[in-house]
Amino acid sequence: MSSENTIPILVEFTGGLEMLFGDERKHKLSIPSKDEQGNAVNIGWLVKYLCDKVMKDSRKEMFVLDGHVRPGILVLINDADWELEGEASYALLPNDNILFVSTLHGG
Amino acid sequence: MAPALCANCKTSRALIIRPKNHQKLCKECFIAVFEAEIHHTIITTSLFSPGDKIAIGASGGKDSTVLASVLKTLNERHNYGLELVLLSIDEGIKGYRDDSLETVKRNAVQYDMPLKIVGYDELYGWTMDQVVEVIGKKGNCTYCGVFRRQALDRGAKMLGIKHVVTGHNADDVAETILMNLLRGDLPRLARSTSIVTGDATSDVRRSKPLKYAYEKEIVLYAHHKKLDYFTTECLYSPEAFRGSARSLIKNLERVRPSAILDVVRSGEDMAKLVPEEVTGISQCKSQKVSLSSADGEDEGAGGCGSANGRSSGGEMAAMEKKLQQDETASSREIDMSNPIASGQNHDRLIKKTGPIKPVRIESSKKLVGQTLGTCKTCGYMSSQEICKACTLLEGLNKNRPKMEIEIDVEEEESSTLRRRMEGVALAAG
Ligand SMILES: [Zn+2]
Ligand SMILES: [Zn+2]
Repeated sequence: MSSENTIPILVEFTGGLEMLFGDERKHKLSIPSKDEQGNAVNIGWLVKYLCDKVMKDSRKEMFVLDGHVRPGILVLINDADWELEGEASYALLPNDNILFVSTLHGG
Repeated sequence: MAPALCANCKTSRALIIRPKNHQKLCKECFIAVFEAEIHHTIITTSLFSPGDKIAIGASGGKDSTVLASVLKTLNERHNYGLELVLLSIDEGIKGYRDDSLETVKRNAVQYDMPLKIVGYDELYGWTMDQVVEVIGKKGNCTYCGVFRRQALDRGAKMLGIKHVVTGHNADDVAETILMNLLRGDLPRLARSTSIVTGDATSDVRRSKPLKYAYEKEIVLYAHHKKLDYFTTECLYSPEAFRGSARSLIKNLERVRPSAILDVVRSGEDMAKLVPEEVTGISQCKSQKVSLSSADGEDEGAGGCGSANGRSSGGEMAAMEKKLQQDETASSREIDMSNPIASGQNHDRLIKKTGPIKPVRIESSKKLVGQTLGTCKTCGYMSSQEICKACTLLEGLNKNRPKMEIEIDVEEEESSTLRRRMEGVALAAG
């Protein structure tokens, strides 16, 4: 496998979400650059990947509801609100930093 | 896609899109605007006066940490002349507060503020762990929340502080408005919209300077300012009704971000339509204040209450039924014919108050007026003869294992208070 087929990214979970991912805030991942259809992987793909491959907790609904990131969870792409970046359709680039922050936990 | 530029400075890259107006801002402009809006809230509501000593209800969580940070910043920037103190409550849930209290201790150093930690055991003779041993895990967030609100008042009183600020945000307020709307509880709905609770006659006022701040922006502010805050799940089962209201709010926000502030404004407008004799809110004062929310359901419960976001909805009817059962049960639990201890506390209770009324307003068909008063047992502000905390305590003490029954609640509290008064110096870290 050459590195052209995978891209390194950093995924972070805070605001309580880290509890769903083995209590680890930072996850250095090497993900395929293309999905099964040969399209560049995007955030939507990543969310499913995190759910299927990285999440240690069985409570998937605390992260994803109806196929979308659960309302109340903020997604920052390189510190920018994902709404500014095309949300789930944002195509991942090498060394991207994707942060998921829950706003749902204790005040 | 070319990165969007900040709508304010038009030079830096926009990182934030504001839920209330879709404005795109860079990090620096967002922080400045967020702080300016809190300042605006404080000024337009005449929340503080120079020289005021203010206790910040601090849980180590995002809301209270942001509140402490912003108040410190504004106090220095605009010369409010406030003396700010962090006040934390230890519910006595093993392991639950260890990390959050450590966070608060670090905050005290970071913000150079004195810190006071008060425990439920000192205030009520019960830790939450002991409460759960008696009542089980279901419904205990009610206890936790009711006790916490009074705990802040009592802690503040110990310190000679007359004003407690809490980190309740716009999402919390909208959630509470919706809950009260869905229950048909207009008096509470009206009171919950008020930025200040308690008035000149009460010992301690409470206010929520972040009332118009989106939870999303609070989290982003904490993130971009790299504030040190702590998150944990409440270990005990959440109150499903509030959880459902929260899910509803978050779902509304996704399709229409302005909905949260719209609900808050609608609540405020509805509050104006509710007659004063019903709400207990005095409209004639220059500053609109309302009756205490010490009866426990007016606001989200901070740490515990805010942890409820995960329930997926659909339990509202069941929860409403359970709430009513709980409240009937809690009034039933006070067995007047069989006082469990011979302390003067209980004797007095029986002679003067007779049967305890259900905590909840009985009729949902007509509006029932509530008047400002004080609890006949503990003297704290309450809309009922016996405040909710004392009612819950009565039920608990009745169920306390025989060996421990000897403890008189009032004695315990006052001696604890005295001990604390004598022993307490504000710990700075
Ligand atoms: Zn800017
Ligand atoms: Zn009382």
